[in-house]
Amino acid sequence: METSLDKAQIGSNWVIVKVKGEKSIKRRLMDMGLTPGTEIFVRRFAPLGDPMEIRVRGSELTLRKADALNIFIKAVAEN
Amino acid sequence: MKIALAGNPNSGKTTLFNSLTGNNQHIGNWPGVTVEKKEGLVRFNKDITVIDLPGIYSLSPYSIEEVITRDYIINEAPDVIINIIDGSNLERNLYLTTQLLEIGIPVVIAINMMDVIAKKKDVIKTEMMAKMLNCPVIEITALKSEGSDALIKAAVDRVNQEYKHRPILWYQKDYEAIISEISEKIMDKVPEEQLRFFAIKVFEKDEKVLLDLNLDNLEEINEKIESIEKAKDDDTEALISEERYAFINRFVERIYLKNKLVTQNITEKIDKVLTNKYVGLPIFVLIIFLVYYLSISTIGGFLTDYVNEVIFGANGLPKIVSSWLDAINTWPWLKGIIVEGMIGGVGAVLGFLPQMFVLFLLLGILEESGYMARIAFILDKIFRRFGLSGRSFFPMLISTGCGIPGVMAARTIEEENNRKVMIMTTTFMPCGAKLPIIALIAGAMFRGSPIQWLIAPSAYLLGIAMIIISSIILKKFKAFAGKAAPFIMELPDYHLPRIKNLGFHVYHKLKSFVKKAGTVILLASVIVWILSNLDWTLSLVDSQDSILASIAKTIDIIFSPLGWGEWKPTVATFTGLIAKENVVGTFGVLYGFTEVSESGAEIWMLLSADFTALSAYSFLIFNLICAPCFAAIGAIKREMGSKKWTLFAISFQTGLAYAMSLIIYQVGSIFNGTFNIGSIFGLLTLLGLLILLFRPNPYRKDLETIKV
Repeated sequence: METSLDKAQIGSNWVIVKVKGEKSIKRRLMDMGLTPGTEIFVRRFAPLGDPMEIRVRGSELTLRKADALNIFIKAVAEN
Repeated sequence: MKIALAGNPNSGKTTLFNSLTGNNQHIGNWPGVTVEKKEGLVRFNKDITVIDLPGIYSLSPYSIEEVITRDYIINEAPDVIINIIDGSNLERNLYLTTQLLEIGIPVVIAINMMDVIAKKKDVIKTEMMAKMLNCPVIEITALKSEGSDALIKAAVDRVNQEYKHRPILWYQKDYEAIISEISEKIMDKVPEEQLRFFAIKVFEKDEKVLLDLNLDNLEEINEKIESIEKAKDDDTEALISEERYAFINRFVERIYLKNKLVTQNITEKIDKVLTNKYVGLPIFVLIIFLVYYLSISTIGGFLTDYVNEVIFGANGLPKIVSSWLDAINTWPWLKGIIVEGMIGGVGAVLGFLPQMFVLFLLLGILEESGYMARIAFILDKIFRRFGLSGRSFFPMLISTGCGIPGVMAARTIEEENNRKVMIMTTTFMPCGAKLPIIALIAGAMFRGSPIQWLIAPSAYLLGIAMIIISSIILKKFKAFAGKAAPFIMELPDYHLPRIKNLGFHVYHKLKSFVKKAGTVILLASVIVWILSNLDWTLSLVDSQDSILASIAKTIDIIFSPLGWGEWKPTVATFTGLIAKENVVGTFGVLYGFTEVSESGAEIWMLLSADFTALSAYSFLIFNLICAPCFAAIGAIKREMGSKKWTLFAISFQTGLAYAMSLIIYQVGSIFNGTFNIGSIFGLLTLLGLLILLFRPNPYRKDLETIKV
């Protein structure tokens, strides 16, 4: 099942399939290590439901749902 | 010799810089503390200059402070770069390393936080790493100054030895084919050692590099790039990023031995509570409330009372000095200058030192612990509603120490119009120098009142509210309408605040405060005393008939609608422009605080001649929001880079201050049973503010982040 990161459940593991979006946002995401093939663990959403906190490449990262919807992911088991 | 420190945000560059140079630059446990380049000489070798640069994730910068770093590295070409890597976060840190190793400047890698790695029982094979990356790798723990001697030695050796640049990372064959084709084309235009860097940048279609190189006949190469992009269904920039990270994955697997036993993650446990869905926000409010309540109303307050009553009270320093001056039979005017001017003015300010001590200590703990980044995480959604981002909280919190670094911290805000709004509004947060005004009003005017404990936290809440209100109002004008910048930020691990760091943090802030009290405030107090005790014929008179009174009385009518149109508060407001401590210092001189004894009730008696509780609060608000001190105005001018914008900023701040004070005083008076022409103006101003606040936003669409 493929989906975008903003729709992922808390506590789930994913692998990035593709990063889309406007050039500057996309570059920023990829610079931070969100490249295809990278594993992501969804840690939590902020108390007000946005932004989200993910664990990626051994450290915690926060990003908004509006930016996370550029990141397309699939469940880890399908890998 | 010039050594530049480069690395990711929060990797410990400034900590290393401080340890190498003996400097005491501000450090904290959140990304983006350093926003400007700083130079210093190495302690044990003064021929070496170390340059501390703002943190960057890649050589494609996003915000102003990141541009500073990129431009310095590319254009100024330091002799050697020390690339600091957070060893506990290798993968992301190495991404920048792969780029730095391409630009042709010798690099020495410093792996920081080795103590954390040792604690986790992980191992980094540094020798293998050095071999694979073709550069020296030194293990350091910057916090404990471990490894810094070896690091400097490695950097010096690196410069002195013959340096052979060789690429450490080759991309896919079809990319490399185009890269070498580009290399041939641009060979004459760039230095040999930077050829590969520029060739890759052209391959990535980097706009700035393409513009600088001004190449022709690129059609053939562009066609090839396009065909690759089509085949891979992605742009070359992303493809290169992907390859870099793929290289890093393989690399880290070989050099990093991870302790398989999963250790307990303390950060995760703390975050389960502090960023909890239900209690996260209440805890935040409680923490902020406690910071200001503790520092102003309780611990700090007790200490301040002690200082004010025992040291600067009637039986303290003023009495001792007075009797001593009487004994040597000095002139009355000199006694006046010394006792009422110097001791009165400076003493009134220094009395608040304990409160500042507690405030700076608590702020230091917030910054050191790692909670700052969580605040941004928790508040982002609220701030974004008003066109700001969670990051906006950083300049705001810094401003509660001092507005000047606060204004500069706005550099971390990526979108230009949002940054401008932040520069204009961040000084609404009460800075350390405004703290005495708050404490004085809360302590003297509201002493014994059931709402006394509320005054201090209300001043800070008001600061945040004014920033949000201004942001809403301003962003409905074309000049400030802007897109929301993406918010992507690392959340650092929590750690216990280090006593040494906290000590430096507090010491340096207090030192500069005391220094200011001994210079600017002292001088201003003396001048205020002279002008308030002499008349135009230069003879000693009652302050009512003084030069200062006669000038101030011609303009104090401006503030009458705000409830404090008397000459003394007018003078205090103007001297506050030189430094905000002067507001209290001037009160000290003009109301003669040194001559009142112990309890604040008597200070209240003196002030109550000119103030009611309502007008005192109106005075407080005006002085908190109006134009900041000259030094902060200077910072605003530097960051805005334009006189026009600076003038606009100051007018906006002062206008808003006037409007808010007018509303509070006049509308508040209605509740006290007064209704006159002033009440009508108050209500009209309130209406005007509400219209500006709630009118539809013509640029609403721009606020939304672009969607795919």
